Amino acid sequence: MKGRTAGAAVAVGALLLTGCGTDDGTPVLTWYINPDDGGQQALADQCTEEADGAYRIQTSLLPNDAPDQREQLARRLAAGDSSLDIMSIDPPFIPELAEPGFLAPVPDDVAERTTEDTLDGALAGAMWKDEIVTVPFWANTQILWYRESVAEAAGLDMSQPVTWEEIIDAVREQDKYISIQGVRAESMTVWVNALVESQEESILVDPAASAEDLETTLDSDAGRMAAEIISVIGQDRLAGPGVASMDENQGMLMFQRDHGSFMVNWPFVWAATNAAAEDGSIESDVPDDVGWAPYPRVDAETPAAAPLGGINLGVGIDSEHHDLAYEAIECIVQPENQAEYFVTNGNPPSSESAFDDPRIEEDYPMADVIREALDEAAPRPQTPYYNEISEVIQDEFTPISGIDPDRAPQRADTFIGEVLRGERLL
Amino acid sequence: MTDTVKSAPASRRQREKPKKSERARAETRLGWILAGPAFVIMLAVTAYPIGQAVFDSLYSFRLTAPDDRSFVFLDNYILLFTDWGFWRPFLVTVLITVVTVAVELVLGFALALVMHRALKSLRGLLRTAILVPYGIITVVSAFAWYYMFDINSGFVNNWFSWLPGISDELDWFSNFGTAVTVIMASEIWKTTPFIALLLLAGLAQVPDELVEAAKVDGATRWQQFYRVTVPNMKAAIMVAVLFRALDAFRIFDNVFIMTGGEANTEVLALLAYRQSISRLEIGLGSAVSVVLFACVLLICFVAIKLFKVDLASGTDAGGGKAKKGGKG
Repeated sequence: MKGRTAGAAVAVGALLLTGCGTDDGTPVLTWYINPDDGGQQALADQCTEEADGAYRIQTSLLPNDAPDQREQLARRLAAGDSSLDIMSIDPPFIPELAEPGFLAPVPDDVAERTTEDTLDGALAGAMWKDEIVTVPFWANTQILWYRESVAEAAGLDMSQPVTWEEIIDAVREQDKYISIQGVRAESMTVWVNALVESQEESILVDPAASAEDLETTLDSDAGRMAAEIISVIGQDRLAGPGVASMDENQGMLMFQRDHGSFMVNWPFVWAATNAAAEDGSIESDVPDDVGWAPYPRVDAETPAAAPLGGINLGVGIDSEHHDLAYEAIECIVQPENQAEYFVTNGNPPSSESAFDDPRIEEDYPMADVIREALDEAAPRPQTPYYNEISEVIQDEFTPISGIDPDRAPQRADTFIGEVLRGERLL
Repeated sequence: MTDTVKSAPASRRQREKPKKSERARAETRLGWILAGPAFVIMLAVTAYPIGQAVFDSLYSFRLTAPDDRSFVFLDNYILLFTDWGFWRPFLVTVLITVVTVAVELVLGFALALVMHRALKSLRGLLRTAILVPYGIITVVSAFAWYYMFDINSGFVNNWFSWLPGISDELDWFSNFGTAVTVIMASEIWKTTPFIALLLLAGLAQVPDELVEAAKVDGATRWQQFYRVTVPNMKAAIMVAVLFRALDAFRIFDNVFIMTGGEANTEVLALLAYRQSISRLEIGLGSAVSVVLFACVLLICFVAIKLFKVDLASGTDAGGGKAKKGGKG
């Protein structure tokens, strides 16, 4: 009985806390965060302190996967949840939330101050219909990681940009495996989009088109070329036997071991590889053998457009504290906080000046490569129907050992059109 | 849902009786007082959502485009029934249902016989041991099976590489045959105890005298089993099959965890989930759910009407009847 009363008291207490505010009347802002290494919680605490009683930020954890985060946010927003004061949103899902007016408009002065020196790629991801609808917090991009020993043996000059073709030849010749993301997941769309964008093409003809009119251009030279690269890696088993379930993490694990050679992946692998070497789960000299270079080119003459990831901050339209939320966001995204977040959590800043922080150079010697990549990075197709496009691409481009490079892009285009017009089930 | 099905024939039977004695009426009243609140709650938590789903399924409605909601009548259903994307999961679901229920029935019978024949002192222990898989949460068991067979962390490839067809390079979840085999194996492992228990209850209902009489008449063991035991527990078998078929048809967790529908292993429940939850297409998702529900109803209907499953058997009320049927 006693236990039950205590339980009820805790429950009521929790309700009061989440709903209204603390006893002293300080408004409580709820920040829905994606899982990280505690960096967002630390920033919430720090900004709460800096606010000096103006507001208090509490965090609420979203699911692990970006698509699951989207589902939860979309459902809450559609249901008019007023607790969505601040949301950590993955860029590709921003148009879907912005289009129906689920996001509170960013005040002009806030937009100006927070995007003063935002890297171009990251800024593109924060926009919808030429307006800034979210505030860039951190930006992510993939670079090419390589085992110096393998590149040397293959005679590749890694100080110059390399192409996918060169990498594939080197892997084949050295009898190694290349680490890519072959699993049927978001990462496949990330890869396909980067390959298309690296040929200065885009998957969407008109991003703002309605569902009925939306057109994709995978059935083009650029799309077929992308499919060709993926299919060669798949059909020749250049990514090892586990390619169908290889995600970012599995790819990294393979890269760290004997068969590792080249890998396209996010910067988290650097800290993770060092940690693994320290705790002895991999050979201690592996990190010394790891090199980095810009994302591989498709065409030797055209600079690559690396994938763009990261997190932007948005405010729910039904939040009761728009002004305070944007005030808090301005605090969170200060360049020094972004630098701190990179050093502690491994997620690169979206602000250019944050990269000047001396700690970054020390912990992430590849920071320059990342910054340049972020300037060139291209967002994934920005449309409210991104989810459908991504699902179809995942459908048609996996398993990568079975892609027909001539037909897959065309099938994907048709499929996307039919799904969006409601003529076909996804 | 099964409750509403259960109560329907029972109440009809009562109504058909011409005149009730005072006592019978009092009992009926007591029955309603006892079961009524639960019945009302069941209606509130099942009938209302079902009605809402049927209503939503007539609309084209995307959660992130609330302003574009429009009435499309049966378009969602037409889309489903004319799309291989629906029929494939449908057939996969049927395949999983048929195979798992058939295998479970055979294994469950074997386990039930073992439990039935086991020495009294062992029976409790045996029953507990056999029940363990059923006590495990489906998601947990799905993860366990997933990690067992996973190409990166699984031990199956390593332990069984001496078998033809299994090697370190076999990715179980990348093609339909192997993926659906693992899914069905996990399903069978987990729910066979359920069938075994129901069958054990059925076995206990078969009077020993009948088996003995058959023995005296010179029936072989197989004949005793096939001609005496099985016909006498037909009701229990049918209930077990029906319950498992309904469950198996709604399979979700195993597929969701192990393949997420990849390698063409998508099932109807997962299709409904993907439309409603991932795509946020409430209308289309509701239509899939309604079809799934209709299929489940159809299975119930077929079982009850065509195979004359008596859902009340196994309870005190049905036990006597089953015996009676056996004698006649």
